[in-house]
Amino acid sequence: MKRYAYFPGCSAETVSASYHLSAVETGAKLGVEFQEIEDWNCCGATPYSNIDELLAHSLCARNLAIAERDGLDVVAPCNACFKNLYHANEDLKHDADLAEHMNFALEADDLHFAGKVNVHHLIHVFVRDVGLEAIKKKVTHPLKGLKVAAYYGCQLVRPDRHDGFDPAGPRYFEDLLRTIGAEAVEFPYRLRCCGASLMIGQRRAALAMVRDLLRGAAQAKADVIATACPLCQLNLECYQKDVNREFGTAYEIPVLYFTQLMGLAMGIARKKLGIGTELVSAKPVLDCVARKPAAAGAAPQAKVGQP
Amino acid sequence: MWTKPSFADEISNEMYTTGTRGLNCCIQCATCSAACPAVDFMDHTPRRLIGMINAGMRDEVLASNTFWTCASCYACSERCPKGIQPSELMYVLKRYSIWKNAYRNDLVGPEFSRRFVRTIMRTGKSYEPGYAPAFIFEGGLQGMLREMQMGMKLLAKGRIPLMPSRVKRVENFRRMLSRIVPLEGIE
Repeated sequence: MKRYAYFPGCSAETVSASYHLSAVETGAKLGVEFQEIEDWNCCGATPYSNIDELLAHSLCARNLAIAERDGLDVVAPCNACFKNLYHANEDLKHDADLAEHMNFALEADDLHFAGKVNVHHLIHVFVRDVGLEAIKKKVTHPLKGLKVAAYYGCQLVRPDRHDGFDPAGPRYFEDLLRTIGAEAVEFPYRLRCCGASLMIGQRRAALAMVRDLLRGAAQAKADVIATACPLCQLNLECYQKDVNREFGTAYEIPVLYFTQLMGLAMGIARKKLGIGTELVSAKPVLDCVARKPAAAGAAPQAKVGQP
Repeated sequence: MWTKPSFADEISNEMYTTGTRGLNCCIQCATCSAACPAVDFMDHTPRRLIGMINAGMRDEVLASNTFWTCASCYACSERCPKGIQPSELMYVLKRYSIWKNAYRNDLVGPEFSRRFVRTIMRTGKSYEPGYAPAFIFEGGLQGMLREMQMGMKLLAKGRIPLMPSRVKRVENFRRMLSRIVPLEGIE
C-alpha cells in the first residue's frame, strides 16, 4: 500500500467533486491511499502572485509543513495547485532565508518546514509510481473504440521542473489512455492553455482559448476530452455553451477526468466515479462503449466532428 | 554618483528577486509572442512590451492590458532562448502596478485579485460564490443571466456547496499571514 498526503484543493469540495471521488476510488483499486492533508488551506491559485509573492509562498508552506509532519509526499490533482506547491517546495528547499522567513510565520500554527518531502501531480503518481503495467492488470472493461483527446493543460508540464517528465513532448497521458483500452487521438492543442485564469478578468480571450481547444478536439474526432485538472474541466465543459453562443459553433463534447476513465476501465460503477454530474452528458458515448465490450469496429459517435 | 534607477532597472530588479533573468538580455526574437495563446487579446505583444520597458516607456507600459491578459501558462518561459521568464515579468508588472496604484481602472483583473486574496485571508479557502458575483455585472444583463443559469445547473448537479468551507485553525492561519504582511493593508 502506497500512501501519500493528498491535497484536494478548493475545487474538489465544489465543482470537481467527481475528480476527487474517482481519484480515491481508482487509487484504492491500485493499492494507493490518499490521506487528506489535515486542515489544508488554499494554494493561492494565480491571484496571490498578482498581489504578493511571499504571501503566495506562505500558503503553500503551511500545506507542505502539515504533510511533513506525517512524512508523506504530497499529491495534488489540480495543475495549478501542483505547480504552486511544487515550486514553493523547491524555492523553500533552495533558499534558506526564505525558509527561515516562512518558518517564522508557520510558528503561529505550530508548524515547521524542513524540506523533507516531494510534491507530485496525481497523474504522475499513477503513470510513474503505480506504473502502466500494474494499471493494465486491473483493467477488466477496456474502453475499446473510445476516441479520447488527452489534454494535459499548461501548468502540468510547465515550467522548468526536474522530475524527469518531458515538458515539450510528453506521451504519458496518451500511454495511459491506451493502457485502459481507449484510442488516444492526435490532439495538437494538448499542451495549450485553456485560459481558466482569464475567465473572470478577460472573458473574451478565455472563451477564444476554449474554442480553439474544442475545435482541435473536434477535428481530431475525439468522443471525449480527458483532463487532469479541475480548472481545465470546468472551463472546457461548462463554458461550451458560451463558446457556442459567442462564436456560432455547436460543440457538445463531454470532458471527463482521466481518473473517471481509469475507473470505468477497472469496472467501477459510474456513480462512484461521479459520472452523471456533467453539464455536457458523457452518457451517450459511454453507453456506446459499454455495449461493445472488447468488440472492435465502429467507434461511438460524438455529436461534433463526425460525418 | 547615485542616480535614480530607471523603470527598466526597477522591473529587472524585481525579476532578479523572483530568481529569473532581467530584461536587458532580451534579443527581441518574439518567441514569447509566438508561444502566447492570449496574444490576440493583448494591446502590446510580450516582445513589444519588453522592448517598451527597456526603452523606458513607463506610462505606456502601465496603461497596457498585456500583463492582465496573461493566463500564466508559462509557454513563453518554457521557450525563451535567453532564459528570461516573461510569465514572471507579467506577475511583476501586475504587482508593480498595484503597488503604484497605476493600473487601468477598466480592467477587472486587479480588483478580482484583491477580492480573491481577501476571501482566502479570511477563511483559508476559495469559495467562488463569495467573490465571483461582484463581477457578474461585467457581462451586462444577458451575461449575468447566463452566468446565473450555469450556477443553477451546477447547483442542481451538486457541484456548488451552499456554504463556504474554511480552515479549522483559522485564527492560527491568520496569525501566520500577519507575520508576512499586515492584514489591514489587504483586507
